[in-house]
Amino acid sequence: MTVQEKSPQTTSLRSRINWLDLGLRVGAVIMALLITSLILLVANAQPLKAYWNIVLGAFSSTQKVSAVIASWVPLVLTTSGLLFTFTAGLWNIGMEGQVVVGSVFCVGAFRFLDQTGLDPWIVITIAFLAGALGGFLWAILPGVMRIYGGVNEIFGGLGLNFVAKALAIWLIFGPWKRPGVASMSGTEWIDPQFRLTYLPGTSLSPVIVVIALIGAIFVALMLKGTHFGLRLKAIGKNDRAAHLLGIPTTRYFLLAFGICGIFAGVAGSILVTSKQFSLIPDAGFGYGFLGLLVAMLVNYHPILSSIVAFFFAALSVGNVELQYMGLNSYLAGVLQGFLVLFVVMTNGVRQRLYKKG
Amino acid sequence: MNIELRNIHKWFGKVHANDDISLKITSGTIQGILGENGAGKSTLMKILSGFIHADSGEILLDGNLVKIKSPDDAIRLGIGMLHQDPLDFPPMRVIDNFLLGQHGGLFLNRTQVEKQIQELSQKFGFQINPDAYVETLTVGERQQLEILRLLWMGVRILILDEPTTGISANQKEKLFATLVTLAKQDLTVIFVSHKLEDVQGLCDRVAVFRQGKVAGELTPPYNTDEFIQLMFDKEIKIGAKTTACRPEPLLRLENIGIEDYRLRLRNINLTLYRGEILGLAGMEGSGQKLFLQMLAGIKRPVCGKIMINDVNYAGKRYENFLKAGISYIPASRMEEGLIPGLTLTEHFILSEEHNELLISQKEALNLTQSRINDFRIKGVPYSKVEQLSGGNQQRALLALMREKLNLILMEHPTRGLDIESSIWIWKKMKERCADCTSIVFISADLEEIIQYSDRILVFFGGMVSEPIDANTTSVDELGQLIGGIGW
Repeated sequence: MTVQEKSPQTTSLRSRINWLDLGLRVGAVIMALLITSLILLVANAQPLKAYWNIVLGAFSSTQKVSAVIASWVPLVLTTSGLLFTFTAGLWNIGMEGQVVVGSVFCVGAFRFLDQTGLDPWIVITIAFLAGALGGFLWAILPGVMRIYGGVNEIFGGLGLNFVAKALAIWLIFGPWKRPGVASMSGTEWIDPQFRLTYLPGTSLSPVIVVIALIGAIFVALMLKGTHFGLRLKAIGKNDRAAHLLGIPTTRYFLLAFGICGIFAGVAGSILVTSKQFSLIPDAGFGYGFLGLLVAMLVNYHPILSSIVAFFFAALSVGNVELQYMGLNSYLAGVLQGFLVLFVVMTNGVRQRLYKKG
Repeated sequence: MNIELRNIHKWFGKVHANDDISLKITSGTIQGILGENGAGKSTLMKILSGFIHADSGEILLDGNLVKIKSPDDAIRLGIGMLHQDPLDFPPMRVIDNFLLGQHGGLFLNRTQVEKQIQELSQKFGFQINPDAYVETLTVGERQQLEILRLLWMGVRILILDEPTTGISANQKEKLFATLVTLAKQDLTVIFVSHKLEDVQGLCDRVAVFRQGKVAGELTPPYNTDEFIQLMFDKEIKIGAKTTACRPEPLLRLENIGIEDYRLRLRNINLTLYRGEILGLAGMEGSGQKLFLQMLAGIKRPVCGKIMINDVNYAGKRYENFLKAGISYIPASRMEEGLIPGLTLTEHFILSEEHNELLISQKEALNLTQSRINDFRIKGVPYSKVEQLSGGNQQRALLALMREKLNLILMEHPTRGLDIESSIWIWKKMKERCADCTSIVFISADLEEIIQYSDRILVFFGGMVSEPIDANTTSVDELGQLIGGIGW
C-alpha cells in the first residue's frame, strides 16, 4: 500500500467543506418540506401559501423580527449547552428540566430579594446566578446517577424532566401560590423593576442578545480551540482510550453536564426576566427539547447551530400566522421533526457512501 | 470450489490497496497469502467475502462470473471468512450463535441444529459443547466455533485472516490439523498471514503480496530467503541479543495478590530492575493480563504492596501510576488505545500534558510531524487513525508514549505486524531501555519473548513461575510450562 505525499501546507485541524455532505443536508431539508407539504395538502391547505404565511409571520414587521430574535436567544443557549454534552458523547435529555429548575431558582431569588431594597441590577445578577446554579445542580444529577449509579443519562434525564415540572407545579399551587387564587397561569409576577427593558416597540431586550452571543462564541472557542474541548471530544468518541491516555473522564463527564446545566439555567432566567415574569408550569417552553433537535440537525457544529437555531426560532414564531389560515400552529413542530428525522437518516446514508469510498 | 480472480483493483482515497491482482486457487488446496502489513492481503479477502467491493475486476467461481455484494451473498455462494477478531456474541450460548445466522423460518429448531453441530463436530474432529456460553471459550475454541458455524452454513471456501495471532502453539497445531482435514474434504482454504513459518508449514501454494500487487507465487519445497526477497525486496536480519539491564531496582512487588471472577493469583514477589525487559508468557487468560494491568494501576491488587521509590502504589489511582512514569499500551488498538474519529495530531495533543487553555496548532503539528517521521507512520498529521493500516496504527500507538518513562507495559506489542515492523519496534524499545526505562510485555510468540526479554515469568492457571533467565531457557521449556508441565 502506498500513500502519496501530500504537501504539509494542506495539513490542518480545521475540517474542510465537504460538498457531498452539504448536498445531503440540503436534500434532507427538501425532503422534509415535501413531506410537510403533503400533509398540508391532505389538510386541504396550499403548502406554498402556508410557507409564505410563516415567512410573513416571522419577518413582516419589526415587532415580529424582534420576537424571532427573542425566541432565538434561549434556543441558542440550550443548543450551545448541549454541544458540550453531545461532544462528550452524552445524551442530556434532561435539558428541558434543567431550564425549568433554572427558572425556579431565578424566580426564587427574586422572591427572596424582593424587599431588600438592593439595586435592581444587583438583584437581577444574583437571580441569573441562582438560575445558573439551579440548572447546574439539576444537570449534575443525571451525571452523578450515570457515573456512580450506572443509570443511563437518557433515563435519568427523562425522569428528572418530570420531577422538575412537578416541582414547578407544586410551587405554583403550594408555597408560591398567588394570594387567594392558585392557578395554572403561574405565580405572582416579579416586580417591574426586575424586568429587562425592551427596545421600544418590541418585546426584545438587547441584554439577552448579548448574553446569547457570548454564550455561542464561548462554546465555539471552547470546543474548537482548547485542550478542554479536544479532551471532551476524545471522551465522546472513546472514553476507554481517553482514560488510558490520562484524561480524568469522570471529571470531564460531570463538567460537561455542569456547563450544559449552566446554559440551561441562564436560558431559564432569561425566560423569567424577559418573557414570562413569573414561574409557570411549562417554564421551559420546550427550548430544551428544541435545542436537542437543533444540535442533532447540525451534527454538533457550534457555528452552524446558531444559524439553524435562528431558522427554528423563525419557524416557531411565524407559525402563529397559520391560525388565520384555519391551520393548527403545530405545523412548525411537524416540519422541525421531519427535518431532524431526514438529517439523521442522511447521516446514515453518508456513512454508507464513505464506507464505499 | 475453484476460484479465479482477474485484475482486481481497489483504491482507498489515494491509496492503491489492490493493484491489478489476478490469482487462481484450485479446489482442495490450502492457498497461503503472505505479505507485510498494508500489502493488500486483507483488502483482497474482504472483497472476496463481500465486506467491500472492488473498483474493477472479476471474480469467477468454478468458471462462473459472480457478483459479491455483501457477506450474505458470499455465504450463499459458499465463501466464508474467519476474521482476525471473532465475530461472535460472547454472552450467548454456542447454539444460539448458530441459530442467529440461520436463514428463513420464524421458529428456531434447536434439536435439529444441535444434532447437526454434533455431526459436523465428529466429521471434522471438533470438541465444542453446544450449550456452553461463548464467553467461557478460549480464543482457539472460538475460532473452531466460527469455522464450524461457517461449515454448517454450507461454506466451501474458507478464508482465514491471520488466524494464528493470539492462540497458543498447541491450539495452532490443532487448527492446522483441522485445515488439512478440510482441504482433504475438497474445501478450498485461503490462509492469510504475515508469518513465514505458518505458511511454510501449512500451505500447498503461497502468493506473496507486496504493495498491493502479487510479487510472486511459490510452491514447496520452500526457501525462506526467497520469501523474504519477495516480501520486502531486500534481506532482513534480526539483531544480536543485547541487554540494558542495570542493578538498580525500579519497582518491588511484595506478596501481591490479584484476582478476577475466574482467577486468583497469590504471593507474587518480584524486583524489577531499571532497563530490564520482562516477558510474560502463558496461554491467553492465565493471569498475565491481570498482572500487567495491576502494574498499570488499572486493576487493584487485593493484597500486597507495589513499592516504587519507597512509596506503596497498591490501591492508588491510574492517574498516580501515569505520574510515576508508567505507560500502558493496550492490545486492542482501536478499542482502548486510539480514538477513531480523531486525527493523528489530535492524538498527540491529547497524549502530552497541557495545563494551558488554548491549543497551539503549530506546536502540535511540529510534534506530530516529527513523531510521524521518527516512527515512520504512513500517514499525514490530519489522517484519522481509522484510516491507517493496522501496522501503522500500532506505530501511532507507540509514538504516543511520552518522552521520559520509567516503565512501559505492553500487550502483544507486535501482534499482526510483519517481521520488519516487529524488529523495528523492538529496536525503538531497546533505545528506551538504554535510557533506563523498564519494559514488561505479554506475547503469545515464545520466540519473541526469548529474543527480547531479560527474564521471563510464565503464567499457568493462576500460578506464576519464578523469574526465568531468558538466556538459558528454550521454546520447548517455556512451551511445557505454559501447558502446565513441570510445575
